[in-house]
Amino acid sequence: MILHLIFYAFATIAVFSALMVITARHPIRSVLSLVVTFFAMASIWMLLHAEFLSLILLLVYVGAVMTLFLFVVMMLASEREKEVGGFVRYWPFCIVSMILLIGIVTLSLAPAYFGLTSIEPQAFLANDSNTQQLGVLLYTDYAYPFEIAGVVLLAAIIASIALTHRPPHERRSQRISEQIAANPATRLRLVKSIQPSKQGENK
Amino acid sequence: MIMLTEYLILAALLFGLGIAGVIINRKNIIVLLMSIELMLLAVNTNFVAFSYFLHNLAGQIFVFFILTVAAAEAAIGLAILVVLYRKRGSIEVEAMDRLRG
Repeated sequence: MILHLIFYAFATIAVFSALMVITARHPIRSVLSLVVTFFAMASIWMLLHAEFLSLILLLVYVGAVMTLFLFVVMMLASEREKEVGGFVRYWPFCIVSMILLIGIVTLSLAPAYFGLTSIEPQAFLANDSNTQQLGVLLYTDYAYPFEIAGVVLLAAIIASIALTHRPPHERRSQRISEQIAANPATRLRLVKSIQPSKQGENK
Repeated sequence: MIMLTEYLILAALLFGLGIAGVIINRKNIIVLLMSIELMLLAVNTNFVAFSYFLHNLAGQIFVFFILTVAAAEAAIGLAILVVLYRKRGSIEVEAMDRLRG
């Protein structure tokens, strides 16, 4: 009973904040609503005994990816975006297709097929460590995909740096070839000195 | 005890909202990317729920890899977005007709 209460509280929060994500007028509000959705879903994953993934969702997603989104929104979103608000045109089509999709999915997921009588979760022991079990699996059976995931992340790093890096244009930077090619003629210019007596007169 | 049905319906609702976000959004690519994140979250919830109810941790491993790829996708997508904004000065979806699609 108490589990049901927790589940429905977090499910309601998740659905409403997901609704806010797609209807908010300003992108900043969308990002913050998405953060709320992630928090609620992390709690629901916690109910599913996926503690490691739940915390990873919070740390990596809310901590890193959503911060990245927030930075990009703050850099890019201009004031002009607010007044456009052009989601009126596809509204009816969208509502109909969503009702169809969710209706069909709900029918096919009826408790007759996925209820507790047909499929029941495992009883968990007190000293079950989700992280340990995942780690054992990840470093034995899934070691090769794990390394490929590392390569994917490396490719993402290189790609995003290569895309957004700008060559030194207005920055002050060292030009080593010019420094090496320099000789006294380019650096030192001899001018005729002003007479000391004239300087005195000027004073 | 919470049924698997409830988790799956919650995930279906989130997925539907993500698709709705992709369909109705005509002004901002960032919100489009966030709708995709929402859909990925729904799919991951399905994986975690099935992994719990079928007593099999392979589903959670799969979610781990999906999270990795999604983080890479978000990073590259936002980098492309920044480059696009520098070139065009706008991130509206309807203004993207450079390739005459």
